[in-house]
Amino acid sequence: MTTILDLPVEEYMLPGNRSCAGCGLGIGLRYILKALDGKCIMVVPASCLTVLGGMYPVSSVRVPWINSVFPGTAAVASGVSIGLKALNKENDYTVLAMAGDGGTVDIGIQGLSGASERNQNFLYICYDNEAYMNTGTQRSGATPRGVKTTTTPLEGKRHNPKDMPKIMEAHNIPYVATACVAYPIDLYDKVKKAKDIKGLRYIHLLVPCPSGWQYDPKDTVNIGQLAVETGAFILYEVENGELRLTGRSRRIAMGGKLKSIDEYLNLQNRFLKFTPEEIEEYQKEINQRWEILVKRDKSLQKEEN
Amino acid sequence: MKTILEKGPKTETQKNPKSYPSGTHIITGNQATAIGAYLSGVQVVAAYPITPQSPVVEELARFIESGELNAEFVHVESEHSAMSVCIGASIVGARVFTATSANGLAYMCEQLHWASGSRLPIVMACVNRAMAAPWSVQNDQQDSMSQRDAGWIQLFCRNNQEILDTVIQAFKIAEKVYLPVMVCYDGYILSHTVMPVEVPNAKDVQDFIPPYVPHTPIDLKKPVNINPVTLPDPRQNADGIVCHGYLEHKYLHHTALRESFPVIEEIDNEFKERFGRSCGGLCSTYKFDDAKIVVVCAGSISLLSSIAIDMLREVGIPAGLLTLRTYRPFPNEKLLQLLHDKKLIVTIDKSLSYGYQGPICVDLKSALFESSSDTLLIGYIAGLGGRDVKPYEIAEAVYETWDKYNKGKIVKRDLTEAKWINCKY
Repeated sequence: MTTILDLPVEEYMLPGNRSCAGCGLGIGLRYILKALDGKCIMVVPASCLTVLGGMYPVSSVRVPWINSVFPGTAAVASGVSIGLKALNKENDYTVLAMAGDGGTVDIGIQGLSGASERNQNFLYICYDNEAYMNTGTQRSGATPRGVKTTTTPLEGKRHNPKDMPKIMEAHNIPYVATACVAYPIDLYDKVKKAKDIKGLRYIHLLVPCPSGWQYDPKDTVNIGQLAVETGAFILYEVENGELRLTGRSRRIAMGGKLKSIDEYLNLQNRFLKFTPEEIEEYQKEINQRWEILVKRDKSLQKEEN
Repeated sequence: MKTILEKGPKTETQKNPKSYPSGTHIITGNQATAIGAYLSGVQVVAAYPITPQSPVVEELARFIESGELNAEFVHVESEHSAMSVCIGASIVGARVFTATSANGLAYMCEQLHWASGSRLPIVMACVNRAMAAPWSVQNDQQDSMSQRDAGWIQLFCRNNQEILDTVIQAFKIAEKVYLPVMVCYDGYILSHTVMPVEVPNAKDVQDFIPPYVPHTPIDLKKPVNINPVTLPDPRQNADGIVCHGYLEHKYLHHTALRESFPVIEEIDNEFKERFGRSCGGLCSTYKFDDAKIVVVCAGSISLLSSIAIDMLREVGIPAGLLTLRTYRPFPNEKLLQLLHDKKLIVTIDKSLSYGYQGPICVDLKSALFESSSDTLLIGYIAGLGGRDVKPYEIAEAVYETWDKYNKGKIVKRDLTEAKWINCKY
């Protein structure tokens, strides 16, 4: 098991970038690039990550970085990986496509689905901050039901979010995982594992967003951990159809207990409109999903036996 | 189902691609395109089927699957992704090709701007087809004309030989000036019609096009952030060097287009020296020097127009023809030089800038604005959505204009409103 002492000392993110105070994205990217030893070519659509990357002619990241249009991430990454293959340079880099939830579950889903069907050789990380944060917190297909956004300002979002890791699983790609920036070692291990797999690998990364989720910037890690500890977000990976809970989620499944969802909701103003009935309903859904995933994890039962 | 990545290791024959048999072939325009891309040593093809372009990608897929052509074919799920794949592969240094038509081209629109703004030498065939609605799969040139401001070089072909030759030249032009090139030719009229085409030797074509060297190499030791957010004004980098603002980048993009005229002409001349054929460089003329009324058009309608010119000459009308090969950048100086002493010009557009006149008409008017002579320019619209245009209809339009001119009956409306050939409304 990787510990903090095993992490590479080399930094690929330079000190100082343009992301908001308390943004979880920088934490995530730092560990992702360490896991890839900086030997990657990034493909990034218009998103918060573009802002983090910096404005011409300065950059906050020390790896080759290709910007792209909003719906184009997976297809541009396909082009980069197939271009490298044509030039016999495929093994020199990991192609890392990294897009937000809007750029993945909404406008980018067609290109990502096509690339998955073709099993193109790149790692796709969707950093999910549960709304269009770069344009000012508009509702996305990944925004949880009931959340107040600038385009659902009064009543909150009325629809359930897409279960994107499940959609990706249905494409039968070699690796699907979820991760949260509040557990960077779990993320690091997953990226490292994904690096050595050929084909399309997908990691769904939860990134708390202080400005969009409306909490104190100092609480990013706290909130990310609460998301996992309450079961609002579950850490797992799927290889060849076999699901395995990982990290904190695994430890809870093996003998702990999910915290009450209130603890997670109360720290964030985006959930202000929730009525006690809605909270109860939300808790029920979380428990159901948790049970389904725990049941799917055969390795858990083996360990218990 | 096997994907590209699961395909086994390449065989020996794939490492040493067979040379496409040179000599005269009776082929369609679409086959000419595919063979042109093949001979040019394309490394990545990404394309999505659309009528009437589909045979181009079918042919290329066959070349690649059979191992004749050592390249990667990406079966993308849309034209937007086709252009995106081309962009990604071109950035890392692969020679790329795609083809599309009509709504496919429109679906690529944002990536057309991205490709040219990134200064990537992507070559694309646009098999010209009408833009819906209502649906039509037939020919006109509205698709590429609607993208004339996307910052690409646009070359129009008159026949299947020119298609093959232009695709080969396009790679060389693109990689020299770092701009994408759209090779445009008329759907069905050329794409699905067989003609004799002289196919050059593969080795000669490879000698003609030098290897592609990307302008910004990907290097882990010198990582670059390509196309980040760029501010309106110039800004210092970490070393204190002042770098361009957005406006300067666009100035350079535009300047590269304007400076590509001699490159397009030189490469066509060089091609002529090597292979004995020319596509006309920027534009070509027919019975032009003594002509007093000149037809200006682009694409396969040039051939029909030349028959019309012959008809008119037979009845004593001094008509001539000028065919635009390079539409973007618009060769205004060349046109001014050729047309400055012509009193009467008839343009035939197979597209329309809706709400005004045909694109060729409008652009030519602005080019001739500097002319001191009192040239009259009448703009005709013809052949939209595949409506057949016959040489006698072109001849009639020219005759009518010539007759009116000589009787002093051309009125302001003739000069400012689009005139329609064979419109039965």
